[in-house]
Amino acid sequence: MTPGAHAAAWLWLIPALPLLGALLNGFFGKSMQQRWGTRPISLIGCGVLAAAFALSVYSFARLLGSDPRILEQSVWSWMVVGDLQVDFGFRVDPLSAVMILVVTGVGTLIHIYSTGYMHADAGYYRYFAYLNLFVWAMLTLVLGSNLMMMFIGWEGVGLCSYLLIGFWFTDVQKAVAGMKAFLVNRVGDLAFVVGAFALFWGLQRHDAATFDFEALRSAAPLLMHDTIFGFHLPTFVGICFFIGATGKSAQIPLYVWLPDAMAGPTPVSALIHAATMVTAGVYMIGRTSALYELAPGALTVVAAVGGATALFAATIGLVQTDIKKVLAYSTVSQLGYMFLGMGVAAFAGGIFHLMTHAFFKACLFLGSGSVIHAMHHEQDIRKMGGLRKYMPVTYRTFLVSTIAIAGLPPLAGFFSKDEILWKAWSSPLGNPVLWALGAAGAGLTAFYMSRLVFLTFWGECRADEHTKHHIHESPRSMTMPLVVLAVLAVIGGWVGIPAALGGRNHIEHFLAPSFGLEQSAADAHTGAPAGAGHATETAPGHASDTRGGGAGHGSAETPGHGGAVGTHATGHGHDPMEYVLMAVSVAIALLSIGLAHHLYVRRPELPERLATRFRGAYRTLLNKYWVDELYQATVVRGTHAVSRFLAAFDARVVDGIVNGAAAVTRFTSSLGGVVDRYIVDGAVNGIAWSFRTLGGQARRLQTGVVQSYVLVVFVGVAAIIVLSRFL
Amino acid sequence: MMVGVQHYLFVSAVLASLGVIAMVSRRNAVSILMGIELILNAAALNFVAFGRYGPETAATPWLSGQIFGIFIIVLAAAEAAIALAIIIAIYHARASINADELQELRQ
Repeated sequence: MTPGAHAAAWLWLIPALPLLGALLNGFFGKSMQQRWGTRPISLIGCGVLAAAFALSVYSFARLLGSDPRILEQSVWSWMVVGDLQVDFGFRVDPLSAVMILVVTGVGTLIHIYSTGYMHADAGYYRYFAYLNLFVWAMLTLVLGSNLMMMFIGWEGVGLCSYLLIGFWFTDVQKAVAGMKAFLVNRVGDLAFVVGAFALFWGLQRHDAATFDFEALRSAAPLLMHDTIFGFHLPTFVGICFFIGATGKSAQIPLYVWLPDAMAGPTPVSALIHAATMVTAGVYMIGRTSALYELAPGALTVVAAVGGATALFAATIGLVQTDIKKVLAYSTVSQLGYMFLGMGVAAFAGGIFHLMTHAFFKACLFLGSGSVIHAMHHEQDIRKMGGLRKYMPVTYRTFLVSTIAIAGLPPLAGFFSKDEILWKAWSSPLGNPVLWALGAAGAGLTAFYMSRLVFLTFWGECRADEHTKHHIHESPRSMTMPLVVLAVLAVIGGWVGIPAALGGRNHIEHFLAPSFGLEQSAADAHTGAPAGAGHATETAPGHASDTRGGGAGHGSAETPGHGGAVGTHATGHGHDPMEYVLMAVSVAIALLSIGLAHHLYVRRPELPERLATRFRGAYRTLLNKYWVDELYQATVVRGTHAVSRFLAAFDARVVDGIVNGAAAVTRFTSSLGGVVDRYIVDGAVNGIAWSFRTLGGQARRLQTGVVQSYVLVVFVGVAAIIVLSRFL
Repeated sequence: MMVGVQHYLFVSAVLASLGVIAMVSRRNAVSILMGIELILNAAALNFVAFGRYGPETAATPWLSGQIFGIFIIVLAAAEAAIALAIIIAIYHARASINADELQELRQ
């Protein structure tokens, strides 16, 4: 138990409820569906989620009222190995609280939406069982109080992702997509495990072995000067964890599974491949931020990969024609933003973007699902157009979310994206190059998202007559979540209005205690009145420098910055640069939207001409830089070659040894057989034969005639008498 | 002529011999049983004779031979009762009391 933490005996219920739903629907769903239709399944599936959401809200309320803000429950002691004790425990701190609210809140909406979207599917019960199971795994991931608990959830969400991508497994392509996601994730999982072991190994050497996140925050500084294989240990562990995160959160180089994951049902894409599961990597880095503070090198890698992914995926998104693929690359790109934020130690900013992204990306995906539903599973945006008059609710919510993701104020995306861009510029770990990557990505995002809206909802309908005739607005079960999410996409960012715009940035202050090294040091300094004045004198970007290096935290030189690196950087003094950058990013977004409008609404023939003119670039983007082909040629074929080599090795060498050993054994046993047959068996049979022969002779005495026995007796008596006379 | 112990022994030997002959020559189980009774009575006669003519010692007090005779008569009665019961049971089972045919125990 963390010192000062409040016991909360209900925490286990939050993940247990969805698990219960998954078990009920999984084991009894089929018969329920046959007997009573889909209604009881929907009730169970959505009911447990709503209950979990209610409990999450309750936990959040309790959390706000406690000091320090930690609720904890250790259900049982899971394993005790030497000094290491791992609890099966749950913990709610500000970071977990945000995560469970997003997971259960957005999750509930998507469950409700699914009741409409999946209505006619024969595997309805199976779908809800998987979906509930996923939510259980995700909640375990974010509530788990130690790395092992997180790992349960980490693997659980990977499994559910596989099950749901391949939900329609009779289609080979979809089944393959599920497999791909699973295998790519395994690569990341391996790195995660290696990182965890290295961390354990390092802490063990200081007799401080622990996997508990809170304990880790105070134990991490012990590792400051440790090395493993000649590498700086925290950096090694951080990079291992980050490789794990690139698998789960679809970053370069392991992002390739996510676009293929669109094979799953659209609500699944919204829940798993946009709003929650893929953010697990971001969450993990936030959770282990103490470690990253000791490893600026690892953070730089995170930031660079995140920034590069943000731009790279956005360029691919420019030319995709599948509505879900565009959103998929957009997700990869937005996840890149989150990692960019994490990488410049703007942990709160990254989580803030995670939250707002969950709102608008879920809304976009559900909107696209609504469109696909109406278009009879047509996903090609070239065959859409003009849908706004057929589907007004879908259109409006989609438009709101598009503006939110494009980053126009005052919608949610603006605040979170701007927070990250500002930190990428101003943080001690940031630099203009990272900012430029992010800003360029933001511009591209605004462009391809507007393109998506224009092609899908504006202009003339390009569908064939039959489809066109059937286009209709979706049922209320599907539009209601859309509206709720659109509202959240508008107001969700208001909890994080930066001080520069007169806001209080509540979310940053709320999240701050969850990040960085030791909590007690953070508590001691946050909100210290003397510190605020001091902060104005230092340049905001540098005020947190000392903590970034992991040295001297809590020292007198850094009052008011007890939290994570950079999270308190913008105390009172506003760098004019912040306004400039804000204006620049808004200008870029507006320009991109304008350009998209020009290209796709005013002069729709232009994109065609540009595509032929810049043929090479266009084809490169359309084929996603041939990365899949590259992986096919290197990794997949390499693996095949290795497998073939190993198979040959197995057939020749291993089998040869085995067969040789068998031959030797056969020879020696044939010798043994001869000995056995002639000597051992001969002895046994000989003894048996001698007894049999003797018995055969002796049985002749037993004539069975009573008179002869009597005669023998009397002759014997007579003989004894006669003999006794003479002897 | 004085009747001495040898006369008794002679009678007893004749009885025993007749018993043995009966046992060996007869096939009927009842006849064999009668032969056994003869042998037993020959033995009883011997006991009584020796008891009457033999010396009286600490090991063989007065009337001990006669008492043995009575014991033998009682035992013979018991033995005859059991044997006849077995013979009746065999007769019920097989409708025969021919000793030559009772060979189940001989493989």
